Amino acid sequence: MVNARVVEIWVGLFIAGGIAALFVLAMKVSNISSFSKVEGYELTARFENVGGLKKTAPVTIAGVRIGRVGEINFDDTTYEAIVHLNIDKKFDKLPTDTTAGIFTAGLLGEQYVSLEAGGEENYMKDQDEIKITQSALVLEQVIGQFLFSKASEGGNGGNN
Amino acid sequence: MTGWLRYLGRYGLHFFERLGRASIFLSQVLLGLPRLILRFRLVIQQLYFIGVLSLLIIVVSGLFVGMVLGLQGYNTLVDFGAEESLGVMVALSLVRELGPVVAALLFAGRAGSALTAEIGLMKATEQLSGMEMMAVDPLPRVIAPRFVAGVISMPLLAAIFSAVGVIGGYFVGVGLLGVDTGAFWSQMQAKISWSDDILNGVIKSVVFGVVATWIAVFEGYDAIPTSEGVSRATTRTVVHTSLAILGVDFVLTALMFE
Repeated sequence: MVNARVVEIWVGLFIAGGIAALFVLAMKVSNISSFSKVEGYELTARFENVGGLKKTAPVTIAGVRIGRVGEINFDDTTYEAIVHLNIDKKFDKLPTDTTAGIFTAGLLGEQYVSLEAGGEENYMKDQDEIKITQSALVLEQVIGQFLFSKASEGGNGGNN
Repeated sequence: MTGWLRYLGRYGLHFFERLGRASIFLSQVLLGLPRLILRFRLVIQQLYFIGVLSLLIIVVSGLFVGMVLGLQGYNTLVDFGAEESLGVMVALSLVRELGPVVAALLFAGRAGSALTAEIGLMKATEQLSGMEMMAVDPLPRVIAPRFVAGVISMPLLAAIFSAVGVIGGYFVGVGLLGVDTGAFWSQMQAKISWSDDILNGVIKSVVFGVVATWIAVFEGYDAIPTSEGVSRATTRTVVHTSLAILGVDFVLTALMFE
């Protein structure tokens, strides 16, 4: 029988170790801080097609992450997707004519929203809408267009 | 034909009878919990036997499981030029599945069998009857502290298993195979969410803790009080706990990660 003091110390170490492991998983593995709602403001953008964009996808400008995608809704009068973007409050100097596009990270990676700053002197505020947007590239459509143009080229070549 | 049916019926009746007894047993243990707060020292003692003494096997297995995942995952991912995703693969499989499940299986082998054997022997040597003679109810005095300690230990052990496994994967991936250390961690952090992955893993391990400890203490308490009965009960604990954990894991996974 181990004496009681030693037992208690070991149990204390065990519980502390378990909680530390959970803490490591939370901070180091899942990076909980970047998932909690950051202080900031919200912009909206309308897209014809959001492709595979998902909630919490990154919002970047010049490749730097400045926020995350919030809700994605559908407007049934204009048949467009409304994407809410939660932007960190540090980045509050986006010109009002900023444009938004949906791109894919790498060939098969996840989709993200990329902003491109315009030249206006006024800055975007909370609940403003990004006017100029570019839809997600749907691979099938691109391939379809490519094949179509190739086919018509081939047709022309045959005529000449 | 009837003989076969009769055998099946007897087996079914026996199964449900035991399940009923186990449920009544569990409710009695749970009712005894409030009295346990006055004697928390008993729980600490059991935490030592169940949790602390399981640490060695949990840490070593976690390290090696993580290292093997790193090694095998790298071989597959490198073909697609996606070896930076190694961190995601290792951490996701550990946190969601392997951490809770393998830790629970090891827990059943290391701590569950010991619990059953201890309680079974207490019964066989009439220590439990002796307590009853002295007007001490053995359920809150003997069973409840072990049950609580098992339920507390299991999530802690699973978390340690996962964390050590990630470190093992890091050793192999970054140290041995030359995956970029920044990409390893940043991809992991980008793809793994606290609420969806880690919290669900913790919920799983709590459920496994309840299942494994419940089976272990019940088998011990319900054992036939002979040396053969105790040995059979110990075997049953390990087998039934492993089966129950794998079954429950499938159900929980189906519910959590649709």
